[in-house]
Amino acid sequence: MSEINLPAAAEPIDQVGLKVLTIVATLALLVTAPFLASEYWINAIIVPFLILSLAGLGLNLLTGYGGQLSLGAGAFMMVGAYATFSLQLRVPELPLPLALIVAGFIAGAVGLAFGIPSTRIKGFYLIVSTLAAQFFFEWLFLKFPWFYNGNSSATIALSRGLSFFGLDANSPHGRYYLTLGIVALLTLLSFNLIRGQTGRNWMAIRDMDTAAAVIGVPVFRAKLQAFAVSSFILGIAGALWAFAYLGSASVQSFGLTRSYQILFIIIIGGLGTIRGAYLGAGFVSLLPLALDWLFQHLFSGHVDAGLLQNIQKAIFGLLIIWFLIKEPEGLARLLSLRRTQGARRRLFPS
Amino acid sequence: MIKTFLRGAIATAASMLVLAGSAQAVDTTPGPESEKQFFPIASYRVGPYAASGASIWAGIIDYYRYINEVEGGINGVPIVWQECETEWTAEKGIECYERFKRGLNGAPIAAYFPNGAPAAYALSDRAADDKIPLVTMAYGRTEATDGRVFPYIFPVMVTFYSEASAIVNYIAEREGGFDKLKGKKIATVYHDSAYGRETLDPLALFAEKYGFENIQIPVPDPGSEQSSQWRQVREQKPDWVFLRTWGVSTPVAIKSAQRFGFPADRIIGDVWASSEEDVIPAGDAAKGYLALTPYPAGADFEIHKRLKQHIIDTGKSDLRDPKAFGSVYYNSGLVNAVISVEVVRQAQAKFGNRPITGEEGQWALEQLKLDDAALEKAGFLGLVQNLQLTPADHEGGGAVRVQQWTGENWHLVSDWVQADREALRPLIDAKSAAYAKEHGITPRDIGTN
Repeated sequence: MSEINLPAAAEPIDQVGLKVLTIVATLALLVTAPFLASEYWINAIIVPFLILSLAGLGLNLLTGYGGQLSLGAGAFMMVGAYATFSLQLRVPELPLPLALIVAGFIAGAVGLAFGIPSTRIKGFYLIVSTLAAQFFFEWLFLKFPWFYNGNSSATIALSRGLSFFGLDANSPHGRYYLTLGIVALLTLLSFNLIRGQTGRNWMAIRDMDTAAAVIGVPVFRAKLQAFAVSSFILGIAGALWAFAYLGSASVQSFGLTRSYQILFIIIIGGLGTIRGAYLGAGFVSLLPLALDWLFQHLFSGHVDAGLLQNIQKAIFGLLIIWFLIKEPEGLARLLSLRRTQGARRRLFPS
Repeated sequence: MIKTFLRGAIATAASMLVLAGSAQAVDTTPGPESEKQFFPIASYRVGPYAASGASIWAGIIDYYRYINEVEGGINGVPIVWQECETEWTAEKGIECYERFKRGLNGAPIAAYFPNGAPAAYALSDRAADDKIPLVTMAYGRTEATDGRVFPYIFPVMVTFYSEASAIVNYIAEREGGFDKLKGKKIATVYHDSAYGRETLDPLALFAEKYGFENIQIPVPDPGSEQSSQWRQVREQKPDWVFLRTWGVSTPVAIKSAQRFGFPADRIIGDVWASSEEDVIPAGDAAKGYLALTPYPAGADFEIHKRLKQHIIDTGKSDLRDPKAFGSVYYNSGLVNAVISVEVVRQAQAKFGNRPITGEEGQWALEQLKLDDAALEKAGFLGLVQNLQLTPADHEGGGAVRVQQWTGENWHLVSDWVQADREALRPLIDAKSAAYAKEHGITPRDIGTN
């Protein structure tokens, strides 16, 4: 979906022409997708895939580029969703896109606070501290009815739905374009960040933080930046997950399994690559559906349904293991190797 | 760089081109099976709740199979069903709903049973947009009883409010009248979650009305350690304990009660603490434990005789463990299935003997009437309470039966105990009005019906 190539200017003209053609074709496909795909595909497959990709992207900035292991992705998504709900409920003057951005900043600030321990602890120990964020917010948002406006079900839903500036994004097409727009913008932002000084700092810290400190990289600040930016994106992804996909959410929507899922997405997709998030999200969200479809068509009615479901789980797990043995660096690496036959034209080693 | 910028810019522009959506019924995708009625089964066979699930799905499938093979379909319309795995989560539940909402090979769906609270909440707006009724039996939003605000949600049979009221009425019956409740102590040990907190308001209401002391003791999730809660019970010495736990917290509660010397026959479990799976792990401590349920255990109801003859003994049953025949969960599957079938029957009386769509299913649910005669005909007398739904009342029943665990099986100890729904209605109306206000819904005018 997205790769880090050398700047286009360095290439021969005809190659540029080809590239532009590919881009235009991709864009045309993205924009017309809702008219080609059925409602089921948009509502149940494409929109969640895009949002999971965005969440994977957010965590990849922190873990893949910054080298900080985190199991708090679900917590930061939760903060984003609850902040959006609160803003839309209590500050109705704020249009939805602005509310999303403010919610992103709130999630970013929370991420920053939970990133402070990263200056002292590393690796698996840091996982424990981010895990604390996970449990803390699950408790917080359930304990105080203020966060879910005291309704009896303790779920949150946007009272006006997804409408802003007089536009109504509640239809499947609306949800799709809203999600696509936000995902594209944040992907662009991430690209720019990791190509600039910020991203180089993160990668320097990831590869060896002592060396990074010696050459003058502000380690403390860069780590916190990584936490803040990552949580900002995760927060927006959380709000989209709650309101553009699920419709209503509760703390269970962002439980520990969600954090694991996001972590698996970037491990399978490829740590430290932008497109890895997309590939990983595709693997994690589409493959189980494909397996289910296949099994329904092959065995439905002949094999016990419970057994069938459990076999699918087992096969999915085996595929992950097989795949990680084959290519420990993830799908992104696999694809880039294939395309360039080993000769890597990439600006940054990942 | 140019590429990503272009992509970003155009995608943003596209997001501005948002199409306005309006509520309209989804059409059934045409297909060769348009003469059949489709019932999707949103099941969970993997995940933490899978153990209880298997018997539910067996109950549903056995009943549909019985209708098809013995009764020749619903007034001649055959049933097709297909399962979809939800893992009891919202996102998989949504996927299943989207997969099935346009029917299966041309067979339309009349109503959707999400079989799980997270999915039910997440689907409530979608279902209203698609004009497909959601049936949430003994769970879900209590205020959805108000059909003026929630036209497409049906918490049929018993809500958590009705459950709270029914238990007060049952205790009054045991104590010898409502006047005897004065000064009594009723403690509620509840799972500290949205589900557990649902009964706080109605119990406060009845405590004031009848003058009993209302003690509320929360158990934090998951409830695998409850010493402090039951120590509190022992100190307060309540006359009755209303146990509103679920999953692992139920057997732990029953065992802890024994350890702290509180008698099991003074504990009354709620709908989600009333199955074999809740009491067997507690062993001897559960002997005498009471539980209320809208679908009691037992294999002696008329429908079980028919199923035994035509489905079980002929080897067509979906049940793997024959001992589960007549268990609470198996029976809940039967009850789910009979409601879906009766909705179609009700709709056929008006629209003709053909497959029924979601919009027609919604109409039928609002008129759904199951009296003793209808229940007897279906073979469900005693297993299902009398129901009478209206456009304003989507619950339609509000009764439970109380059963007692003998150590081996459940034994029914009461007839249907009716909730005081008149007293609850102002509470429900206030909640639904608040919801309508928050979401900008104008309650629909249902006339004098």
